[in-house]
Amino acid sequence: MRWFWVDRFTEFVSGSHVCGIKNIALAEEAVDKYCPGFPMLPPTLIIEGMAQLGGIMVAEHFGFEKRVVLAKVGSAKFHAPARTGDQLHYRVDVDAIGDQGATVTCVSHCDDQLQAEVQMMFAFLEPGDDRFTDGPLFEPGDLESMLRMMNFFHVAVDADGEPVPIYENL
Amino acid sequence: MALSADEIYAKVQEALEDALGVDNDEVTKEATLVGDLGAESIDFLDIVFKLEKMFDITIPREELSPEDILTNAQYVQDGSVTGEGMAELKRRMPWADLSEFEKSPRVQDFGNLLTVGDLCNYVESKVG
Repeated sequence: MRWFWVDRFTEFVSGSHVCGIKNIALAEEAVDKYCPGFPMLPPTLIIEGMAQLGGIMVAEHFGFEKRVVLAKVGSAKFHAPARTGDQLHYRVDVDAIGDQGATVTCVSHCDDQLQAEVQMMFAFLEPGDDRFTDGPLFEPGDLESMLRMMNFFHVAVDADGEPVPIYENL
Repeated sequence: MALSADEIYAKVQEALEDALGVDNDEVTKEATLVGDLGAESIDFLDIVFKLEKMFDITIPREELSPEDILTNAQYVQDGSVTGEGMAELKRRMPWADLSEFEKSPRVQDFGNLLTVGDLCNYVESKVG
């Protein structure tokens, strides 16, 4: 099982916001098993999908040189379940990015209806911090491969509207 | 127009309620961020971001968290801050009430020092 909880990037403006879609399919084990008889995408995996979008946004800001992790979910409101056949449209806006972390505001819409609202914070695993293992979070090339599959490079632009580069350390 | 002390307190309360999930009446000026309000290390970053946005200020890491002093052998002996270290802390943090800490300045107790009132004073020093 691969830990992809976004299907495709649809918009990415460096340092500003990122959008993506998530299709809910009955074939997904988590959807089928979470609430037997009522297939739905678990809300925690909606948070995970938003975190994947937001995490990429923050990592790109630092040229993918920092190890970005979800550190805190400040608030999460779910207005409707994400049922099979639904397509969720996520949008993540950057609130603040600093040298210690970042905060973002995320929303999910389904058929133009607000489905979820989440605020979260990212932190960085710094080299030499003995609480965490050192080394990259991804095998060489894996993150680039994932981003390509998700159409990241089709849509990602910098603040001037120019395509973002394929960073060397992806 | 400069914010009044009450306006700063109200905004700091709002930031702490939001960041720590505590009720308004818990966020008194005397409440300590760690001991009374349950702030963890990761929450401080969240609080800093919220205050920076609310007040349009920049909060350098070392101003709220003088770790460089507390880990400097010049200022710490046998787990306690020396007189020289206290002087440096007071110089760095004039907005904090260090009087209680000064009575028994063990480094391990520093983390539970800051109160909501201290945070208000700090913000006031930045926006004033």
